[in-house]
Amino acid sequence: MKSIVKQEIQGLNGDEAVALAVKQCDVDVVAAYPITPQTIIVEKLSEYVANGEVETEYVCTESEHSAMAACLAASATGARVFTASASAGLALMHEMLFVTSGCRAPVVMAIANRALSAPLNIHGDHSDAMAERDSGWIQIYCENAQEVYDSVIQAFRIAEHLDIQLPVIVGLDGFTLSHTLENVKTLSDDAVKGFVGTRQFPVVLTHEGKTVPYKLDPESPMTMGPVALPNYYFEFKRQQEEAMRNALAVIPQIQDEYAEMSGRRYGDGLLEQYALEDAEVAIVCLGSTAGTVKTVVDELRAEGVKAGLLRVRTYRPFPAEAIVKALGNVKAVAVMERSMSFGGRGGAVFHEVRHALYDATARPFVVNYIHGLGGRDTNPTQIRRVYEDLQKIIRANRVDGLVRFIGLRE
Amino acid sequence: MSKEKSWKEASPAGVCWKSSVTYLTGDWKTFRPERDVAKCTKCLICTIFCPDGAIHWKSEKGDIEFDMDFCKGCGICANECPAKAIVMKM
Repeated sequence: MKSIVKQEIQGLNGDEAVALAVKQCDVDVVAAYPITPQTIIVEKLSEYVANGEVETEYVCTESEHSAMAACLAASATGARVFTASASAGLALMHEMLFVTSGCRAPVVMAIANRALSAPLNIHGDHSDAMAERDSGWIQIYCENAQEVYDSVIQAFRIAEHLDIQLPVIVGLDGFTLSHTLENVKTLSDDAVKGFVGTRQFPVVLTHEGKTVPYKLDPESPMTMGPVALPNYYFEFKRQQEEAMRNALAVIPQIQDEYAEMSGRRYGDGLLEQYALEDAEVAIVCLGSTAGTVKTVVDELRAEGVKAGLLRVRTYRPFPAEAIVKALGNVKAVAVMERSMSFGGRGGAVFHEVRHALYDATARPFVVNYIHGLGGRDTNPTQIRRVYEDLQKIIRANRVDGLVRFIGLRE
Repeated sequence: MSKEKSWKEASPAGVCWKSSVTYLTGDWKTFRPERDVAKCTKCLICTIFCPDGAIHWKSEKGDIEFDMDFCKGCGICANECPAKAIVMKM
């Protein structure tokens, strides 16, 4: 086993942690448009460029739609590409997100998750990234600034893996992570460079009959992202689905490799289980909420309550089978999420967790708690109440109210 | 036309493995151009306007030729022809 490399503790907020990781990953092109609460990321990156600390080409664009278009074009030439956005900015990229994943461009993007208008709100929730659920991007949600740093480094390896070749979103909760200073253990530039390596390319057959790396090259021209009519479009979408399935196997491998170097891991890279082995009541959540839930789990365990937590780190691809295994013996589950699917009888994460658990031998009760919209705080008392609700459900052996709201004035 | 590839065989992301020269698009058309040779002044404006480059000047014949393998039947040639020598027919 390799020994853990030397690391330096730095005081960084989530945005700065992203920028530092990007700097160390030897990124060729950053094309971005600033938006709160992601702004610090691109400010910091442009500072690195201005100071000559990186070789990165920084492209200022007139909109996020253009930013993603520039990222795709740069990625097509073989460059390693990064961008960052949030909320309305991500929504404006919507069309280009599909083009980027469809072109299999391994762009990495940090999203400082923020609410969508209206009413205008700059604070944290997951509405922005959840709205891009089906855009073909891998989505990772982080719990703290340390994980943000580690995940950005892993994201390039995941995106560029030959069995994947898909763009990756690394989500950090707006303000809770993006603007909160934490101690972050940072790796040396060399360690990161060694870990991410250089970009890998699959080989493709071109119209000239050549088999060449999948990147634009005047010596071996190729057509990327052409028209595909009803006789072919479907096949390319199936390829993207296969890449997502491959990612379920590859993300844990990359996480293991990273853990060997850094000494840090986040579950298996897809799911993080906390006190779940013998749990009777469990919360499923994403992002920074998990930190608060862990505190409550510790308190409840000390009181003899069999409480546990399952944090979904990778929402796309969705690790459904692993979720069945992790929650198979739990009696009641609460899915807490920071976005709404209006008219959908609960949120998107709830739908998928509940759908996965249909395959469980003994299906637990599964209820949904919408919380933290527009940056509303979710405190330990509220989370404790969720666990109490789950215990009540077990005692009553039935569910009253499938979808509930935490911290809402009734 | 050769057998179409499965999703496992096709190049990723729709990279074209065939040249546009071998991908015949002429069967997309509903209307086809018909030229009245008597009216045609051979000004070649149609060859310039054809968005598919499907009207060729054949110097050996001293005349133009429609390439029906690629003409999509858009009718721009008929619209632009100053002599009104081209009409679009079903």
